[in-house]
Amino acid sequence: MSDDELKSGFTRRDLVRGTLVGAIAVGAGTKVVAAETGAIGPGPVPLELKINGTVQKLSVEPRVTLVSALRDRLGMTGTKSVCGRGACGSCTVLIDGKAVCSCLTLAHEVGGREITTIEGLAADGRLSAVQQAFIEADALQCGYCTSGMIMSCKVLLDSNPKPNRDQIRAAVAGNLCRCGTYPHVFDAMERVSGVRTAESAPEGPDPRRLPADRDAFRDDPRVAAAILEVLADEEGLA
Amino acid sequence: MKEKIRVGFEGDFQFKEIEIAAGDPAPWDPSQKFSVLGGRVPRLDGKVKATGEAKYPSDVRLPGMLYARILRCPYAAATVKSIDLVPGRTSPGVKAALALAEPGEKMRFAGQEVAAVAADTPERADDAIRAIKVVYEPRPFVVGIDAAKKPDAPLVFEGKAETKSSAGEVESRAKSLPRNGNVLGPRSTVRGNVEDGFRKADKVVETTYTTQVQTHTALETHGLMAHWEGDELTVYASTQGIFIMRDELAESLKIPVAKVRVLTEYMGGGFGAKFGPRVEGVAAARLAKMAGAPVRLFLERKEEQTATGNRPSSVQTIKLGATKDGKLTAMQLTVYGTGGTNGGTGTSGPIKNVYACENLKVEEYDVFTNAGPSTAMRAPGHPQGAFALEAAMDELALALGMDPLELRLKNDPSAVRREQFRVGAEKIGWKDRDARRKTNDPEVFRGVGFGAAVWYNTGDTGPRATVHIHRDGSTEVEHGGQDLGTGARTMIAIVAAEELGVPLENVSVSMGDTRLPFGPDSGGSAMTPSTAPTIRRAAYQAKLGLAKAIAREWKVAPESVSVANGRVKGKGDSKLDVSWAEACKLLPSQGVSATAERADNHEDAWKRFTTGAQFAEVLVDTATGKVKVERVVAIHDCGVPINVLTTESQIQGGVLQGVSYALYEDRVLDRGSGRMLNPNVEQYKIAGALDCPQIDVTLVSVWDGINNTNSVGIGEPSTVPTAAAIGNAVSHALGARITKIPITPEVVFAAIQSGPGGRS
Repeated sequence: MSDDELKSGFTRRDLVRGTLVGAIAVGAGTKVVAAETGAIGPGPVPLELKINGTVQKLSVEPRVTLVSALRDRLGMTGTKSVCGRGACGSCTVLIDGKAVCSCLTLAHEVGGREITTIEGLAADGRLSAVQQAFIEADALQCGYCTSGMIMSCKVLLDSNPKPNRDQIRAAVAGNLCRCGTYPHVFDAMERVSGVRTAESAPEGPDPRRLPADRDAFRDDPRVAAAILEVLADEEGLA
Repeated sequence: MKEKIRVGFEGDFQFKEIEIAAGDPAPWDPSQKFSVLGGRVPRLDGKVKATGEAKYPSDVRLPGMLYARILRCPYAAATVKSIDLVPGRTSPGVKAALALAEPGEKMRFAGQEVAAVAADTPERADDAIRAIKVVYEPRPFVVGIDAAKKPDAPLVFEGKAETKSSAGEVESRAKSLPRNGNVLGPRSTVRGNVEDGFRKADKVVETTYTTQVQTHTALETHGLMAHWEGDELTVYASTQGIFIMRDELAESLKIPVAKVRVLTEYMGGGFGAKFGPRVEGVAAARLAKMAGAPVRLFLERKEEQTATGNRPSSVQTIKLGATKDGKLTAMQLTVYGTGGTNGGTGTSGPIKNVYACENLKVEEYDVFTNAGPSTAMRAPGHPQGAFALEAAMDELALALGMDPLELRLKNDPSAVRREQFRVGAEKIGWKDRDARRKTNDPEVFRGVGFGAAVWYNTGDTGPRATVHIHRDGSTEVEHGGQDLGTGARTMIAIVAAEELGVPLENVSVSMGDTRLPFGPDSGGSAMTPSTAPTIRRAAYQAKLGLAKAIAREWKVAPESVSVANGRVKGKGDSKLDVSWAEACKLLPSQGVSATAERADNHEDAWKRFTTGAQFAEVLVDTATGKVKVERVVAIHDCGVPINVLTTESQIQGGVLQGVSYALYEDRVLDRGSGRMLNPNVEQYKIAGALDCPQIDVTLVSVWDGINNTNSVGIGEPSTVPTAAAIGNAVSHALGARITKIPITPEVVFAAIQSGPGGRS
């Protein structure tokens, strides 16, 4: 091993094995760069990420994905990692306003770019309209797909504030949900787009309603009293 | 204390005398006017889930923590000759390495755990796993069910069938079943005499139906974060049962249960696969002990799909006989299923428990294969059983020249479900289904079909809860059970608010912690009917405690003080009438607390079947073989629903998993290597937004009086009949019988080619 190699802490062979990244990635502060190839690494390399308007400094190996940088290095765990290969949309974040899978993006690829995560949607603690609608429409169950689902919805709304149902379906087609929240995601988005309001949303059937065949129970004084109450309600007399 | 209560459903109530335990309120009467219960309440944790603030177990990060990975056997069958951990242990950043198999140990599926490491970054843990040297001696293996049944097939288990830790339930029960090669069974059920029954039949149909292996595919993978402080272990686990997790960890690690604490504040789905620490959970705890640092071990997607459980496959031969007026005379089911290295593949729930027939014979066989072990999955055995049973019922109706709906109505002993069938038929437009078969496109046909759901009121004793009423009027519920995404937290708050007569915002809920009073597993649709009555009982007793304390202040008899609708009143004195908040101010500094344990069910809950009916409308393109589910009408008995909004969500989810099961999902194993070819979510297809039909949910309230809230669970029944309804709908569209799921284009074309064309 040569002196140079000792000083830099890695061998030439390691350097060749290091990940090739674009010029943009090798931002300010990146010291470990092979001049002739643009390769960096393989050890940790300093990096600045601009996330939700705040610059975060970290030092990660070139092979570290953006989702791992967020979750494992910065503790920003709102973004989820589910499939690791860009098939489920759970790790969706915005890079310069465009939705990307952060599991398929290397952290060093996006140094200096505008990264928006789920943590950045509620401005000053005020929920965005899409977040509020997700809560009201119960468009989340276990909630593990929700961050990615909401990010995809945000991208759609940014370009199309009044999407129709087909456009909504298409926008979240890449976001898999195992609990089956899609119908309520559509409801939530229609609330946001104004197609449906909380008031106009069709209510489910009232399972508390009394027997259709009321006469069968007239003999029971408790039922008779309850029926009178319901009738009073229905006629606006309550 | 004996009390007469009303039980039944809309249109059919009866009085019934039950024994009510001391300190338990009587079940709510159908005339009860609720203030919050039964409404559409957005879930309490919606905000933290929508903002990304919710810390799931996989999100927990602790100072100095390590990331662990598991090395898995690449062979479907092999003997481990040697494991050299040193290259892994000395790999950069590695703090601990652990063998999970021993030299000489037999590996029985590709993906079985061999070793584990913990390193300072996830990437370095990956490097270390690759560095470990294992020598295997591959052995012959078998992955197909037909091949495994052959007498000369390689044996998955030479001796007694065993699986590792909490993979599932292999026959450990008292009676051991016959074993013939890889085939275990039969488990038999006999009622009456089927031979007699078939002799009495005017028509007999017999067909074989097959279903695939389905994987749970919860988005959050199995795993936990293990953190030792001295001899005490705290784990943050993605689990459906924190108390089982605690007990099994203690047992595996040989430490007292009292030294283990399990926390599950939120979790990313389970669907039946997440019980107990399993191999990876114990490995994480041991690595953490070895390294002296917290260890996070969450599986990668491919491990999750391969090794953490699945719904077994089935090959079901069903024979049904009926008289010409449509009365069933005999039902027979023979089923072979493979759950890989696990058993429990039976599908007989529906045939035993849906339609009435005095002559029944069931034989269920488990076929072992060199594949990942099955485990419980949402309504074990039922979606596959319903698919075959309802197809056979439709075939029988066809043979009898009878409307399939009429055949069901003649043989269904459940008044609730007969009503559900009628409601569903009306909503889907059953009567004119034939007229709607043809579409504008001559190659596209529309079909309508349906199926019945059955599940059980699985609520049971054991759970405890504490309710506190504080001097400032706020209230707190403590209950150890976890919320796996069903809305359990919100359900608990609603029940407490309803019983106490306070607004929902007044109630705080602490859950998902083994330091809290015992809670049930979130499984078997048992959470709600186990927990809700417990919460109500504790709240009821806290309320009595409040009344007693106020009576003391007012110097009146405790019985004369009532607490309801946010007011506390003394009987016969209009001055003794204060708001909840004013009354609470009169409490001593410790407030009022009550801890209650769930009362016994008022009757055998398992005999109270939970019913449902689902109708599906599909479009089938006979040129491409593609099936599109346009609409599903789902009518379910969910007891008395506590939160209609989250109940609706859960039913939609059950339907969507059913659509996915019927059309897309299929675990594919390579016959050459025995490995899973689609351990991911782009080739293992689950339904997405574009596949989502319109889903109409109708709830039928049933007051069963079994527990004080009349509650039952809905997670499982909601996915039981979906594939059955879709299979029958596609068959109706084609005029040819679908006998296999998933209904891929290949299956559609096979049905077209084999089917009796004269059906339309």
